[in-house]
Amino acid sequence: MIDHAPGTPVLEMRGIRKVFPGVVALDGVDFDLRAGEVHVLLGENGAGKSTLMKILSGAYTKDAGDVFIDGAPVSIGSPRDAQSLGIATIYQELSLVPQLTVAENILLGHEPSRAGVIDRAAMRDAARRSLAEVGLDLDPDRRLDRLGIAEQQMVEVAKALFRRARVLVMDEPTSALTAREIDRLFDVIRRVTAAGVAVVYISHRMRELAEIGTRVTVLRDGRAVGTFPLPETSFDALIRLMANREVRDHFPRRRCKAGDELLRLEHVSGPSGAPRVDDVSLTVCRGEIVGLAGLLGAGRTELARLVFGADRPSSGRVVVSGRDVTPKTPRQAIAAGIGFLPEDRKRHGLVLMRSVGENIGLPSLARWSRAGVVSGRTEHETAERWVTELRIKTPTVAERVVRLSGGTQQKVVLARWLAADASLLVMDEPTRGVDVGAKVEIYELMNRLTDAGAGILMISSELPEVLGMSDRIYVMRHGRIQAELDAASASEERVLQAALGLAS
Amino acid sequence: METGRETAIRDNDLSRRGPTPAAVARRYRASQRLKAVAGLIGLCLLLWILTPHFLTVANALNVMEQTSINAIVAVGMTFVIISGGIDLSVGSLVALSGVVLASALKSGWPIPLALAAGLGVGAATGLLNGVVIAFGRLPPFIMTLGMMSVARGAALLVTDGRPISGFDAGFRSIATGRVFGVPAPIVLTLAIYAVAHFVLSRTRFGRYVYGIGGNEEATRLSGVNVRFHKTMVYVVSGVTSAIAAVLLTARLNTAQPIAGIMYELDAIAAVVIGGTSLSGGEGNLGGTLIGALTMGVLRNGLNLLGVSSFLQQLVIGMVIIVAVLVDVLVKEKRA
Repeated sequence: MIDHAPGTPVLEMRGIRKVFPGVVALDGVDFDLRAGEVHVLLGENGAGKSTLMKILSGAYTKDAGDVFIDGAPVSIGSPRDAQSLGIATIYQELSLVPQLTVAENILLGHEPSRAGVIDRAAMRDAARRSLAEVGLDLDPDRRLDRLGIAEQQMVEVAKALFRRARVLVMDEPTSALTAREIDRLFDVIRRVTAAGVAVVYISHRMRELAEIGTRVTVLRDGRAVGTFPLPETSFDALIRLMANREVRDHFPRRRCKAGDELLRLEHVSGPSGAPRVDDVSLTVCRGEIVGLAGLLGAGRTELARLVFGADRPSSGRVVVSGRDVTPKTPRQAIAAGIGFLPEDRKRHGLVLMRSVGENIGLPSLARWSRAGVVSGRTEHETAERWVTELRIKTPTVAERVVRLSGGTQQKVVLARWLAADASLLVMDEPTRGVDVGAKVEIYELMNRLTDAGAGILMISSELPEVLGMSDRIYVMRHGRIQAELDAASASEERVLQAALGLAS
Repeated sequence: METGRETAIRDNDLSRRGPTPAAVARRYRASQRLKAVAGLIGLCLLLWILTPHFLTVANALNVMEQTSINAIVAVGMTFVIISGGIDLSVGSLVALSGVVLASALKSGWPIPLALAAGLGVGAATGLLNGVVIAFGRLPPFIMTLGMMSVARGAALLVTDGRPISGFDAGFRSIATGRVFGVPAPIVLTLAIYAVAHFVLSRTRFGRYVYGIGGNEEATRLSGVNVRFHKTMVYVVSGVTSAIAAVLLTARLNTAQPIAGIMYELDAIAAVVIGGTSLSGGEGNLGGTLIGALTMGVLRNGLNLLGVSSFLQQLVIGMVIIVAVLVDVLVKEKRA
């Protein structure tokens, strides 16, 4: 287990300040890291966690403040500087070469060679030693793309250790892992901290903090608001500090009476060519939130895409307000009043380098233009209205979306569909990668939308979210609806049983 | 302690206190263009010092006239590059449109009809490019590279490899005429830029071009008919190439099947010198115009300095590489 005795600070950051146009990202942050500890950084999206870590890894340069390693001031001007100081960062998107072997990845740039020819035996040995350090029993000759995400992540840790990293920064390392893989990753973390490596751990998952964290520092609006020992500190206290508002109820669902039928799926299968959805029928009424639960790969995202016309169904009908609309394209779906919040906002939702206003207006331009000419005034005013309405944190509507945090970006996608007058919203993991405060805001927005008569079909892998927000729940398994549950009678166990196919 | 409510108010203040979005956007675009303008002015100053013939009204008009052809081709190229594509067939299209136009004139077609034929060929070829790229999902590089050869071959076939020359003064006045004392090609170029700028910045089509270049899938999922608009981008490029062909034919009083060789290079250079990103989603026509002028001034200066045309080609290639390199480095630093 982790040694809780206070170690010596390996790293100290003092008075770190970073300003981006229109936003003070970090405002005099102090942070220290001791050998052998797992120090959790907690904060809403946009609180400054990533910025602080990017300064540490040399991706950004700070505007003010000092960084000390072992008490000596250092300057980190580039990722290379950070690496030579023993700071390694493991990003959400892995920075390994999929086509190379495990050994080649670990030793990339440090290949042992004789007269320019790589010594493969020595390379394999070195890789094996690093893998052993993280407790990973892997064939060093396997191609990296043959491994699962979790194993790739551990290879990345091994790579960092090979480079003699003393500080390991892990940004949301568990977001793509299963429960069992998370356990394995935690074993690795315990192993490396026992060897004296210090870990900075960024995560939104409260349960993980208690399990792996030694201390936690809460960031809010670019400031460090406190550092506390774990697991003694209560979640509620931390959430209050992060959000700076009392979160009494994480799922403030206001039940409202379901009205007329808004969406009806009749025996929908597809997509044609590569069917993943098999004979699904369901309904969503006005004012209702319908949850779609199931394991990853159960066909939920595929179903959402069929409803929205992103893919074409091979059979079945999509009926909106009694009219058969079975969309062949997103355009037809939008015309029928359907909006779609995709799971991967950056790939499927937003044009990152364009402005907030342009992103909000994209589906509505046809309505805002005459003879193909867009009314700049309508576009601008609508964007401004939704930015204010949804409290989208951006200096102006002309700001590029790429500069905003995850939760803020999600709100931009939501604003887009509200501006387009969508009455049925299909939300695929609406709060993924979104911090607690923004989550609650999004839930509140869902309440307001359903109060106003909209219907929501929500895919979520977080059971508390499904149970807390849905009025009815469908559970999918192998592309089919396995069970339909009423919110009142549903429980985590029943949903899980259906998802796993254990009972109906 | 603050409350959530106060946070909200502060957020609103932030948006109220800041400059208007339009102003921010304008300033951003201005800063992009400023670099290109500074480069152009620096180049002009240098040439002014090096040669007395550079800074004369006659030479200035000369440069602008010569620039007009590349500047017009670069309009379509800007659309294509912002949409995330590339059009390597523009030079061959200039030749093909030119010889079709010339044949029509020689066959005694009235000027408007001949012009329509020339522009129609440009539009149709662009349409073919666009359809195969958008619906056949062929990479733009490959499709337009192939079309570069196809259109050139067609131009050679139509003319049997021989130039077509000698048109009446009415047609030639497109290049030789003056509007309020300003040479017609300059007026035509500016008019095209004005229209194209309006299209790119104010119309739905323009927005979609940026959207497609920035994130095609997100744009499709916003209900935009991506394939149609992508196709239209290549039609625009075909049409601007054909307009350039009209001007070239009128100025030289000749249409050659081997005209327009390497025009794609000059056009791409003008676009990237003007700050448009080769990865799509960003850029504007103001920059492209400055980029085209920079190319024109450079060629003109090298001519005035008596630099051999062989060396000129070498220098211009290097300028393009350096311009893009600087852009990449600046972007990296900013990121």
